Amino acid sequence: MKMGLETVIAESLPEVLVAPLDALINWARKSSLWPATFGLACCAIEMMNATSGRNDLARFGSEVFRATPRQADVMIVSGRVSRKMAPVLRRIYDQMPEPKWVISMGACATSGGVFDNYAIVQGVDKIVPVDVYIPGCPPRPEMLIHAVMMLQDKIMKESTRDRKDKPDEESREALTPGTLPVTDGSTLRQPETMEPKPYTIASRHEKRRSF
Amino acid sequence: MSALAAQVPPLNKELMSTSVVNIPPQFEVVDRPLDTQMTISMGPQHPSTHGVLRLELVLDGESVVKATPDIGYLHTGMEKLFEYRKYQQGIVITDRMDYLNPLGNNLAYVMAVEKLLQIEIPERAQVIRVLMCELQRIASHLVWLGTHALDIGAMTVFFYAFREREKILNLIEAASGGRLTPSYFRIGGLMMDIPAGFERRTKQFIDDFPHAVGEFHKLITGNRIFQKRTQGVGYISAEDAIDWGLSGPSLRGSGVTLDIRRANPYCGYEKYDFEIPTEPDCDVWARYMVRMREMVESHKIVQQALSRLAPGPVKADAPKVVLPDREAMKTHMDALIHHFLIVAEGFDVPAGEVYLPIEASKGELGVYIKSTGGPKPARVHFRGPSFVNLSALPHMSRGAMVADIVAIIGSLDIVLGEIDR
Amino acid sequence: MEQQNQQTGISENRSSSNQENTTPSPIAAALQREHPEWIGEVVEALGETTITVLREHIVAVCSFLKTAPGLEFNFLADLCGFDRGPEEEPRFEVNYHLFSTTKSHRVRLKVLVNEDDAHVPSVTSVWRTANWHERETYDLFGVIFDDHPDLRRILLPDDWQGHALRKDFPLRGYEPYSLE
Repeated sequence: MKMGLETVIAESLPEVLVAPLDALINWARKSSLWPATFGLACCAIEMMNATSGRNDLARFGSEVFRATPRQADVMIVSGRVSRKMAPVLRRIYDQMPEPKWVISMGACATSGGVFDNYAIVQGVDKIVPVDVYIPGCPPRPEMLIHAVMMLQDKIMKESTRDRKDKPDEESREALTPGTLPVTDGSTLRQPETMEPKPYTIASRHEKRRSF
Repeated sequence: MSALAAQVPPLNKELMSTSVVNIPPQFEVVDRPLDTQMTISMGPQHPSTHGVLRLELVLDGESVVKATPDIGYLHTGMEKLFEYRKYQQGIVITDRMDYLNPLGNNLAYVMAVEKLLQIEIPERAQVIRVLMCELQRIASHLVWLGTHALDIGAMTVFFYAFREREKILNLIEAASGGRLTPSYFRIGGLMMDIPAGFERRTKQFIDDFPHAVGEFHKLITGNRIFQKRTQGVGYISAEDAIDWGLSGPSLRGSGVTLDIRRANPYCGYEKYDFEIPTEPDCDVWARYMVRMREMVESHKIVQQALSRLAPGPVKADAPKVVLPDREAMKTHMDALIHHFLIVAEGFDVPAGEVYLPIEASKGELGVYIKSTGGPKPARVHFRGPSFVNLSALPHMSRGAMVADIVAIIGSLDIVLGEIDR
Repeated sequence: MEQQNQQTGISENRSSSNQENTTPSPIAAALQREHPEWIGEVVEALGETTITVLREHIVAVCSFLKTAPGLEFNFLADLCGFDRGPEEEPRFEVNYHLFSTTKSHRVRLKVLVNEDDAHVPSVTSVWRTANWHERETYDLFGVIFDDHPDLRRILLPDDWQGHALRKDFPLRGYEPYSLE
């Protein structure tokens, strides 16, 4: 799309590149997505397979898996999230600086998977906002690579105004770890008109403007 | 107020209301102004804890005063799920337990139910079971090798080990359809026979494998840094190891020659010729050498199993328990009825209880199944070897430093799926 | 527990290596000889011996089995619980699976516990590995082990209410958004 200013600059200053700011920033972000290691269970082994020689995730920009969430861009939740682990998951997510994305890998992270019981959170999107879901039990490494590519397409369509790193009052008010609403059955004694308590506070990503 | 004591938040006693006894004194935070010790939490999100394990380390500088594992971050309630599933449906749950050795879990569960039903397994199915289990053992040890070396700092071995593991995963996927969760065994035999070309590809893998083991040895076994980090670390004597319930390579690294495949043989293992590698040194280096030698022994067993393969059925002759072949089901009425009843209602298992131990890649994997009649079990309990091996960690980490803890955890080869179930 | 004759014939997957060493019944016979007042019931089925022991004597039985020459059960393979159901009396069973590394034989001990008095003496003084097994049994069933050095929850979160593997604990738990 050549506007008048672009053609003038292209002719007079050929070494100057003109592009929308969003495109440049998003291109830089998507090309170096560093995941935070959040391998929980069997899907973590397939994630390790995706980084090893045959299916090389580093080709797509995930050069290193950062152990500390402070230096990571994307959190690949691979494996089943148990009730005891859920506050830890939320805490690691809150520790990641913006921009951050979440890939929910596998059936257990997406929806609880085979384990529909007292111990497993039925879907990690009850705790953190998820950008890409991967089905499978466990998904093949190629599926994880495809999901990273889908996330890269999603990143290209974003606007940089959505990802400012402001201090998050809502995160501060989030439930302290270890105090998930595991009840003593007292909710069964309450009247049936009680509306279900939200599992966690809605993150500001739900109020994003552009997709 | 010492700055250190102020950093550690006080325990919230109301939260720990389910503790029956008083909280032991080592967990109380007391203000000791001259204290140099610091309690930190290693995990559950940590690159080298092999899963979601949390260690409470009491540190004095870099040396560890006390290391207490805190598990349960992957508790899945599998044992309760078994009670709500028919016996055949439980096989898929066993895959997810020790997810590096799923065929071993399958085998233990399936053999325990077969013992309750008293079914005889045909010879070809037994040989294929041994073949797949030993391939799975090699794959599990390869993951151990890659991650253990990665924790200690040798990253190249990780890629080499996973390259070999991809070959094994291709074989398992060819036979069963799943790389990591095959669910290949059924009660009464196998899911289906191995495909065409499987023997040729396994033979090719067998021929290439000794060269790969030589590569691993060249990469780290002679490395002085690796030796210094593993020798003399994580000492546990033979009597202590038996007292703490260690089993498998962790026990054989302490000089105890105990292998369930020899002590309580199953699946025809008494007919195979293999050694039991044992090392007397009782440290991380000994367990490393035991597992490297075990890979070679498993390779020998796979060779023998391949030569022992003979044509025959792969499912037992028990029409009320074993699903019939698809062709028979489509053409014969009684096969169709049996298929329908097995899938829809399940088969009744006579009342009884059985405890069946097998030698998984981590140690003694024991399955306890209690049946009160009916198509669903009353109780299924898995004695995970990693659960018991990890309980010896506080004993093994006396006098260690933080870096040694990483090496010790790697040498125990723990899988949190099996610990937390 | 009865032995059933299937049409397919009886055969065990395990080889009969147990028969070269001491067969299971000499274990029960030795125990019967020395201390008959400890034993409740002996059942032999599927090649395994199950000895029901009264709970007051469990520590003594375990020490005897560990040290007696010829028996030498120095390895506690497993310690698990079982809930028979809320209407049964006694409600809980605790199973001890013992193994001998020198003689390669196995035996199972069983202790029956009532629901309102769910106390069993701990065997951590005999084998230290019982520590975590008993914590797990307490966590999932609510059986309390006396003289245990550190009895607290191990698998479920510390503030969890209820014992998960009991038969009257619902599969999906008590969360308000469960589909029950």
